[in-house]
Amino acid sequence: MLIRKPSDIPSSEITSESSYNDFLSRRRFLRTAVSGAAVAGGAIVGADRIADLLSPGTSVLADAEKLQTVKSPLSTTGEQLTSLEDITHYNNYYEFGVQKTDPAKNAGVLPTRPWTVKVEGQVKQPKTFDIEALLKLRPLEDRVYRHRCVEAWSMVVPWIGYSLSEFIKQCDPLPSAKYVQFLSYYDKKVEKWTNESSIFWPYSEGLRMDEAMHPLTLLTFGLYGQVLPNQDGAPIRIVVPWKYGFKSAKSIVTVRFVEKMPETTWYQQNPREYGFYSNVNPNHDHPRWSQKTERRIGLPFYAQRRTTLMFNGYADQVASLYNGMNLDKNY
Amino acid sequence: MNRKTLITLKTLTWIACLGPFAMLVYEAVTNTLGPDPTSTIALTTGYNALLMLILSLAVTPLRLLSPRLSWLIKFRRLLGLFAFFYASIHLATYLVLYLNFDMSVFKTDITKRRFIIAGFAAYLLLVPLALTSTTWAIRKLGGKQWNRLHKLVYLAAIGGIIHYWWQVKPGVLSPMNLTISLAVLLLARPILTYIQKRKARQAVAA
Repeated sequence: MLIRKPSDIPSSEITSESSYNDFLSRRRFLRTAVSGAAVAGGAIVGADRIADLLSPGTSVLADAEKLQTVKSPLSTTGEQLTSLEDITHYNNYYEFGVQKTDPAKNAGVLPTRPWTVKVEGQVKQPKTFDIEALLKLRPLEDRVYRHRCVEAWSMVVPWIGYSLSEFIKQCDPLPSAKYVQFLSYYDKKVEKWTNESSIFWPYSEGLRMDEAMHPLTLLTFGLYGQVLPNQDGAPIRIVVPWKYGFKSAKSIVTVRFVEKMPETTWYQQNPREYGFYSNVNPNHDHPRWSQKTERRIGLPFYAQRRTTLMFNGYADQVASLYNGMNLDKNY
Repeated sequence: MNRKTLITLKTLTWIACLGPFAMLVYEAVTNTLGPDPTSTIALTTGYNALLMLILSLAVTPLRLLSPRLSWLIKFRRLLGLFAFFYASIHLATYLVLYLNFDMSVFKTDITKRRFIIAGFAAYLLLVPLALTSTTWAIRKLGGKQWNRLHKLVYLAAIGGIIHYWWQVKPGVLSPMNLTISLAVLLLARPILTYIQKRKARQAVAA
């Protein structure tokens, strides 16, 4: 009985019924119209075009800081952007609760200023970077990326940042540095929700040096023209678009260059389910579910299912990083 | 309990049990199932199936607590059948929205994935219970046989809880509340029976 298509309610009615403010209703109307068109006609609306359509709205956002950005050739095209509403209300950020809706409610307490990033380990000299300096280090680029979660859902997010490699160059890593580890902010007094899971904090993630230096790996400061909302990993995170989402550490306070593969949170939690590489790979199933398909967030239930692409569709750019590696073993 | 109160209470129970389903239909029609509608449907139906199954298992311990609560038995079948109703939609959601009827994926799931095996087994255990829930079937089977068959509900509930634990990420504790509830209700049976027997013996001795 749930398979039936929703009746064609004019979007004007949806708008008047909703309790959202004018801005949100307008955006929701746009989304309905756009997704409706895409579903009906199979038309793919360019991400840039939608970003243009939506950009007037972003200025209405209360106390959201706008970011000046430049275009990037590394931005993904031909995808319909996931709405800001969904990107900010469907989050895995367990320090603020294990339900997808929790981070939007709870992450407000994260103190994003002052903020520094400590660089340590195999470097010429340990350093500390201030967030304001990092924001000015390179021009901020608009980078639309597909985002594929290990739980088999996906989004398309217009991130803002610059290649992590630009930052790494400033860190002067030694030749002995083979991996980079990222540690997320953790304060038990602030993040009171960490007892909802039995995970060891702080959240730790890591990349091989060549992965970290790949131009697609983004040091991220914002999305949708504004600074990162707290629930999306403010004020600074990484985004590795060809890997499952949990590899992209949020709210980073420490960057550590190391010789050996670092201990990472989900790998420690269950190495069979969450490999160190965790490249998006439709041919290697998660032990508990198939990774062949995914659910696109923000579409109606009958239109969500789609095929998962090797390396999340970034194979042309990143497959060479893994030449000669058995990706079924090194998952 | 008089007839009027019973009808009122039954109506209220129906409304309460249908509530989650009505919400889902409303949200599906208005396209407000949230960012991930498929998982909203799966989680809501799965959770309510387990919740109603566990509520149906609360009837017997409550009746053991006090003879004045014996009327609760009139609600047990209703709760059990609603649990089956939600479990059925839950299974359909998996087959249609997750698998898209792809039987090759189903074959892998049912042979390799333990949370699917546990969930599917729990569902299969509920089927004979739902089929023999009519008054006619109870009479046909005889109370003793029927009671024995319906002991399967314990296995189904435990299977459902295991399915829930195996589905969530390792370290996530969200199935805890339902697990504790089920454990309490299962332990309450022998404990309350023991206390009652002792009371009866004391009464005889006195």
